[in-house]
Amino acid sequence: MIRDITIGQYYPSNSFIHQLDSRFKIMASFLFIISLFLVNDFYQYIPVVLFIVLTVKISKVPFKYILKGLKPILLILIFAFGINIFLTPGEIVFSIWILDITREGLYQAFFMMLRLIFLITGTSLLTLTTSPIMLTDGLERLLNPFKKIGLPAHELAMMMTIALRFIPTLLQETDKIMKAQMARGADFESGNIIKRAKSLIPLLVPLFISAFRRADELAMAMEARCYRGGENRTRLKVLAYTKKDIIGAIFVFLYISMIIIVKVYL
Amino acid sequence: MSIIIENLSYIYDLGTPFETTALDNISINIDQGEFIGLIGHTGSGKSTLIQHMNGLIKPTEGKIIVNGVDITDKKIKLSEIRKKVGLVFQYPEYQLFEETVYKDIAFGPSNLNLSDSEIDKRVRYAMDIVNIDFNEYKDKSPFELSGGQKRRVAIAGVLAMEPEVLILDEPTAGLDPRGRDEILNQIKRLHSEKKITVILVSHSMEDIARLVDRIIVMHQGKIEIVGPKELVFRHAQRLEEIGLGLPQILYLVNALREKNIEIDSNAISFEAVKAELIRLVGVRND
Repeated sequence: MIRDITIGQYYPSNSFIHQLDSRFKIMASFLFIISLFLVNDFYQYIPVVLFIVLTVKISKVPFKYILKGLKPILLILIFAFGINIFLTPGEIVFSIWILDITREGLYQAFFMMLRLIFLITGTSLLTLTTSPIMLTDGLERLLNPFKKIGLPAHELAMMMTIALRFIPTLLQETDKIMKAQMARGADFESGNIIKRAKSLIPLLVPLFISAFRRADELAMAMEARCYRGGENRTRLKVLAYTKKDIIGAIFVFLYISMIIIVKVYL
Repeated sequence: MSIIIENLSYIYDLGTPFETTALDNISINIDQGEFIGLIGHTGSGKSTLIQHMNGLIKPTEGKIIVNGVDITDKKIKLSEIRKKVGLVFQYPEYQLFEETVYKDIAFGPSNLNLSDSEIDKRVRYAMDIVNIDFNEYKDKSPFELSGGQKRRVAIAGVLAMEPEVLILDEPTAGLDPRGRDEILNQIKRLHSEKKITVILVSHSMEDIARLVDRIIVMHQGKIEIVGPKELVFRHAQRLEEIGLGLPQILYLVNALREKNIEIDSNAISFEAVKAELIRLVGVRND
């Protein structure tokens, strides 16, 4: 049950997209998000769709996988759709009870929903094609210039690495403790809210204790290997831009140009 | 209480790139009152198999019949099965959560909706089996106990449910030799006094040789060898190939056999081999 959660999961493969430098991919994702907010009409989504379909194809991540990533935000999608469809003033098409559905509302609702879907699919490609280590590594390098104004770039990246590293561990641990308590007759699935919340105690207490124990052990292990922060720390794998990143950059540049051309001339 | 497993297969993460076959077409019968040893290399599927036996994992394919009831049937109340099949996980001390030892051991029985007096009786009984003094420890926090004591309290938490089948996944991993022997002897005692079925997962061939009647050897999700321990330990070469081995004393026995010294093949425990050797020395001196 717990194993089904896929947020931020890495999809191992050796595609062109996987081989790109993580710094480039982070910046490209950033540009992609900005481009999404430049779009202000349906037909302008054409380059966006082209870009996503093409990138997914090249990345070799199955479409099914990307759709699965939309599941957790389904509620937000429905909520945003509802708010837009009912609360946008304008020409009334038809009304149900006290709720009026307007032409502008329909337009807005579909437009915003598409924007959200594209936003999630586009950005989830970043985590699907970049391993967590590479991702935080890239982030640290990108944040490096901000060190001068006191931003602890290395510490932030290290914290992210550790947090990401422990997500699967803690999920596994949760699964194990849950099973152990179920073997003792614990029931996590039935009863009213209060009963269910109470039934979580046998799960949460051991989980917290184990998380603290792991944190302690990790700190000790890092200190034993002389870890003392980012100053003068070298890396085994140094990020370097390659020809592939230039091709990628041209690709992103073409995409942004297309958006601008569509906006200006159509 | 018997367990019959028919053509059981289990695949983790079906339909993702992480898909792995953990169990591959397994069939076994375990009879009432047996003491079974389940051995295999890390990752051979032992833990996955035992979790099927009380319905914690649903099989991808196959049937599990506990006491004549197919527990893969959707209508079955799993709480009934879990009451009868007790499972002690690896490092069970990590499941402790209550303020006192008493309350933690009482967690299982109170989930069975028993009366307070029955719960009290069972907690005393379970603490007695694992050799934790009731009056001294009942009000202590389980978190201030030593590692070995925590382990025993956690095992008592399962014993207090009075299961008819007891499954233990490496109950002695990480314990000192004395703690290990104590726990294993108590399990042996429980098995012979209460006539319950016991399935013991262990990496210690010595413990297996000393305690169990029948051995199931697993390798890469399949059953490699099943049989009485005396017969299973004759497959020395195969056992070593799959990352296991023999009890230390059997290497001595095999070396002696190569020198044409005949030793009773049913002697596989340390004590039995010792008696056999003394007998042989006596024969020679005569």
